Amino acid sequence: MRYFILLILTLIPAFALGQEWEEEARFGNEGAQSTLRVISSTDTSFFAPVIETFVAKSPSVAISYFVTSTAELNRIVRENPSGYDVVISSAMDLQLKLANDGFAKELTVDGLPDWAKWRSSLFAFTTEPAAIVMNKKAFPDGRIPQTRQELIQAMRDRPEEFSGRIGTYDVRESGLGYLFATQDARASETYWRLTEVMGSLKARLYCCSSAMIDDLVTGELAVAYNVLGSYAKARQDTSDQLQIVLPSDFPTTMMRTALVSAQSSQPQIAEDFVQHLISLQTGSTDNNMPLPPLDVENAVTGRSNIALEPALMTYLDRLKRRNFLKEWESAIIQGQ
Amino acid sequence: MNNRVGIIRSLRDRLAITLIGGAAVLAILLYLVVRSYAAQIAQQGQDSILAASVTSILDAAILRDGEVEVDFPYASFSMLSTDSDDRVFYAIYQDDELISGYDTLFHSDPIPDADHRFGTATLQNAEVRVASAARTLIGAQVTTVISVSVAQTQDALEVTLNRISRNAAGFGAGFFLLATALSFWATSTTIGPLKRLTSSVTRRGPQDLRPFEQPVPTEMEPLVASLNNLMGRLDQSLSQSEDFIAEAAHRVRTPLATVRSYAEATLQRVGKPENRHALRSMVKAIDESSRAAGQLLDHAMITFRADHLDKQDLDLGELVGELVRSLTPIAEMKDVRLQIRCPETVNVQGDAILLQNAIRNVIDNALKYSPAESDITISVSNSAEDRIAIRDEGPGFPENNMAMLADRFTRGSNSEGITGSGLGLTIAQDVVIAHGGHLVLANHAEGGACVTLSF
Repeated sequence: MRYFILLILTLIPAFALGQEWEEEARFGNEGAQSTLRVISSTDTSFFAPVIETFVAKSPSVAISYFVTSTAELNRIVRENPSGYDVVISSAMDLQLKLANDGFAKELTVDGLPDWAKWRSSLFAFTTEPAAIVMNKKAFPDGRIPQTRQELIQAMRDRPEEFSGRIGTYDVRESGLGYLFATQDARASETYWRLTEVMGSLKARLYCCSSAMIDDLVTGELAVAYNVLGSYAKARQDTSDQLQIVLPSDFPTTMMRTALVSAQSSQPQIAEDFVQHLISLQTGSTDNNMPLPPLDVENAVTGRSNIALEPALMTYLDRLKRRNFLKEWESAIIQGQ
Repeated sequence: MNNRVGIIRSLRDRLAITLIGGAAVLAILLYLVVRSYAAQIAQQGQDSILAASVTSILDAAILRDGEVEVDFPYASFSMLSTDSDDRVFYAIYQDDELISGYDTLFHSDPIPDADHRFGTATLQNAEVRVASAARTLIGAQVTTVISVSVAQTQDALEVTLNRISRNAAGFGAGFFLLATALSFWATSTTIGPLKRLTSSVTRRGPQDLRPFEQPVPTEMEPLVASLNNLMGRLDQSLSQSEDFIAEAAHRVRTPLATVRSYAEATLQRVGKPENRHALRSMVKAIDESSRAAGQLLDHAMITFRADHLDKQDLDLGELVGELVRSLTPIAEMKDVRLQIRCPETVNVQGDAILLQNAIRNVIDNALKYSPAESDITISVSNSAEDRIAIRDEGPGFPENNMAMLADRFTRGSNSEGITGSGLGLTIAQDVVIAHGGHLVLANHAEGGACVTLSF
């Protein structure tokens, strides 16, 4: 009887919140003393190895892993900061704003260069460029566009081939898509021309990278713009029909970030988990993790990352966002 | 004599403490001034960046179709990046209504189109610096005021200030150490002439009352002048008193000789035993007086000559021999033999008159205390330690006050009934000291006193 009550008690919050997760998983022993609640925008399959090595090292800890979109994740954490211990997201701007607004706890974490952390409370652990992923069949002559300019040219040349077969993030829904779009727009006017061309070709809008790649593999899509290269790479192992291009005109490289909630009920375990994650992701040895590592060495000389700085909050401003979305909508939604 | 001097804290310590204390106060002052100045500069730096950020946001504000758009640039916040990753807050108000940003940031209500206003506030448990400004937007139908506040935490400022404080503290400590070293140097330099004067006073002989002629700093001039003045007066009064004594002794001696000759002549003529006895006592008293007068004269002369020793090469054996010959008649009257032991020639540098005087006084003393049929031995040697030793076979010095016997007018406790002024040993001692030596009084183990003149 008591167990039954306990079960009900544990279920009540879940019902009360009415939270629906994209994915939900539990790792570790049944009898673990404490459960670390990790809320994340990264698919479970990418994160499972990291968590499994952690629970193997700390058998007394179990981990509940919840996956939702970046925008939703931001909303949930702001509403219920004590509900989750570790917050992992690819939307750097939202994460930085969480840290700026005092939702993140300051930690002592070793092994990260200064540019990869903010206020000792927000920690980057991957380097992931936004990629253009193309179905090779759409380019029978093998002339795969290498820059945004060439992509625009290719789409203008063969509108019948690409009409309705171009995918990109719906920046109104996806935090990461919004981050990529704003950073592109900041870097070059080319973004707006590309968006207009995509709009004129009835571009399809997606919530997330994995869905776009699914459609690329089936051939429904010919080109997906601003897809996470890491997701595409994971799929490329089984399919050689996709071509990943990191546009050479200007790169947009995102870093996935983690923070520990300031109101975490088990801050020490959460800190250990973040340290474990960073050790894995900055280790020089090839650990065969599906997550791309943090590019500690080439970050200075190679592709520039989106910087972890307060300026990330610029496009989160209500007025700025309203403006940006208005412009974006007028460009991408033409007669749809 | 009482040599104790009342002592207050040393000049050197006072000077050093004043200088070091002053340096400490200056160092602390330096630290505080540099720190507050640095704080001001650093704060101005942050303020100007915040102001630039506010301006760039305000500049982006436009009225489009009666609606406010604030499409501020990425740089507005980018310029606020700091090494310490300071948190940034902002608020954009249209008239008194928040249109974007943090509602927790207070609305400071700045005056439109005026200079930026700065302030400090607490936001989300953090101390923040806020800059605000406002601008009037004039559209076709509406006129509205846009005000913008940008706030930033002060972690980087804190780091900078701490660094500057550390440096300022370093400067202060360095300044203090340098000043301390300098003050020690200055102190010892200042005290130097005083020390030199002290040591030159200490080095002087007891009779040296010449004025100081070494140059001294201006401040010490009055002291040295008074000292010289004092010593001059002292010298004068000393020589006056010696002169007076010598003059007095001389004046007394001559009439005494006349009185004595009359007394002796009268003694030949009177026959009554009581009268003869009285006359004999008279002659004895006159002898004693004239002897004392003679010794006073000797002493005055020695005091005078000791300062200006007339040193010559002397054959000490010969000098002693001459003296003994002149004293032999007196010795024979008392049945005392004077024996000289001088195995070799002894040549010394010395003042012949003074040395003769000294030796005669000691032999005189020995004659007085020697019983009849005894010897007085005078040894002369080449060793400075016992240059001349005069030994008698009398009762010896009284043990209890032997050390004081050489003092002026002190006589042994066993001198009752023996003529003497108490100056004999004093004279001998003054002479020996003037020759850089000393006088040793001792009693011989087999009886008899022994006076050794070491010089």
